Amino acid sequence: MTRKTRRLYFVVAGLLLLGGAGALVLTALGDYVTLFRSPTELLAEPTYEREIQLGGLVEEDSVERHEDGVSVVFRITDLQESVPVRYTGILPDLFREGQGVVTAGTYYPDGTFVAREVLAKHDETYMPREVADALKASGQWRPDGEHGQESY
Amino acid sequence: MHRFANPARFLRIANALLPWLTVGTVACLGIGLYMALFASPPDYQQGETVRIMYVHVPSAWMALFIYVFIAIASACSLIWRHPLADVAAKAASPIGAGFAFLTLVTGSLWGEPMWGTWWVWDARLTSMLVLFFLYLGHMALMGAFEEQSRGYRAAAVLALVGVINIPIIKFSVDWWSTLHQPASVIRLDGPTIDPSMLWPLLIMGLGFKLFFATLLIVRMKSELMAARVRALSLAQLRNA
Amino acid sequence: MEEFLNMGGYAVYVWPSYGLTALFMIALTLSSLHTLSKRKRQLAELEAKRPPRRAPRTAQPQTAQPQTAPTQTAQESSSS
Repeated sequence: MTRKTRRLYFVVAGLLLLGGAGALVLTALGDYVTLFRSPTELLAEPTYEREIQLGGLVEEDSVERHEDGVSVVFRITDLQESVPVRYTGILPDLFREGQGVVTAGTYYPDGTFVAREVLAKHDETYMPREVADALKASGQWRPDGEHGQESY
Repeated sequence: MHRFANPARFLRIANALLPWLTVGTVACLGIGLYMALFASPPDYQQGETVRIMYVHVPSAWMALFIYVFIAIASACSLIWRHPLADVAAKAASPIGAGFAFLTLVTGSLWGEPMWGTWWVWDARLTSMLVLFFLYLGHMALMGAFEEQSRGYRAAAVLALVGVINIPIIKFSVDWWSTLHQPASVIRLDGPTIDPSMLWPLLIMGLGFKLFFATLLIVRMKSELMAARVRALSLAQLRNA
Repeated sequence: MEEFLNMGGYAVYVWPSYGLTALFMIALTLSSLHTLSKRKRQLAELEAKRPPRRAPRTAQPQTAQPQTAPTQTAQESSSS
C-alpha cells in the first residue's frame, strides 16, 4: 500500500485506540467525575464523615428559616426519596422551593445532611416572564421543570 | 480538495471572499448585539444575566468548532501532507484559544450570580478547561521547534489526541451529574429557548463564525507570506 | 438608561462579559492586521532587493518544490 494509505490507517487506528482508552478511563473514574449524588443514591449507599455532594430539588413546603435568621432547613428530593438538609449561610438568588440545588456537606447517621455550601441549579429552559406567566395561567406549567430536572 | 492545495489559488479565492466576510461579520455582530442587549427580554428565572448567554454560548460553540477544524486540518497534514493544512491549523489556534478562555470567564461571570459559585469541578467545566489547555499546548508546540515542520507535526498529533475531548464536552451534561444544565439548542426534542431569545443567540453565533472565517483568512495570508519571506531571506543569504 | 446600565443589579457580571468579548475580538483583529501589513512590507523589501527572475503575481510559499507538490499529491491520490 502507498505511504499515504498507511498513514491514514495509522491515524485512524491511533484515534480508535485513544477513544477506547479514554472510554475505559472515564468509566473507571465514574464516581469521581460525577458531581453529586441523588437522595436515592445516598440512602442506598450512605457515606459518613467524608464531604460529599448531594443534589436534587428543594421539596415543596419544606423550607423553614430559623429564628436566628441565618440558619435554614429544607428537604432535598429526587421525587422518590428525600433527605433533610441543614444550612447556615447565604443562599443563591435562584434558591426556592421546586428549584434544583447541589449541596456539599457531611451526612450524619441520624439521617441529616449538614451543608457547607448550597448552589442553585437551573434547567435549560429560557423564556420571557410573560410566556412563563401564560403557561402557569393555562395550567401547563410544571414547577419542578420540564426537562433536566426529571433526570434526578 | 486538491484544487485548493495550490496556495496561489487559495489566496485568489480568499482575497475574493474577504470583503464579503468582513461585511457579513460586522452586520451579524451589529444586529446580534442590538438584539442581545436591547431587543430581547430578560429571562423569567435568570433575569438580565441571561444576556451573558449571547456571548458565552457563541464563544463555546466557536471553541469547539475551531478545535474540530484544527483536528481535521491536522489529519490532512499527517495523512495527505496537504500544504495548506498546517498553515490553517496555526492560524486558527489562537482564535480558538481566545474563545475557550472567553467561554470560561463569561461562564464564571454568569455562574456566580445564578449558581452561587465562580467555579465547580463538574464534567462540563472541567472538560472545557482541558480544551483551553489543549489549545495552549497546540500553540506552544507550533512555536517550539527550530525546524518548523517538526513543530507542525507534533502539534497535529496533539490536536488529534485531544479530539476525544470534544464529544466529552458536548455530552458531559448527559453522561454525568453536573451543575451545568443540559443542552438547550442542539438536542433531539428541539430547542428549549423561546424564539425571542433563540434568534439573538443564532445571529450572534453566525457573527462569531464569520468573524472566525475572516480572521482565519487574514492570518493564513500572513503565514503564507512569512513562509515566502523565510524562503527569500534564505536564498538571498546563499547568493550573498 | 439607568436601568439598562444597571442590568437588574447584575451589571458587574453582564458588562465585563461583553467588554472582555469585545476586547478579545478587537485586539486579535488589530494584531492580525498588524502582522499582515508587516509581512507585506517585508516581502516587498525582499523582492525589491533581488533581481526579478519572474514577475511575482502572488505570494507563493517556497516549500520544497511548489510546482511539483500539487501534482505529487494528485498522483498519490490516484494511486490509492
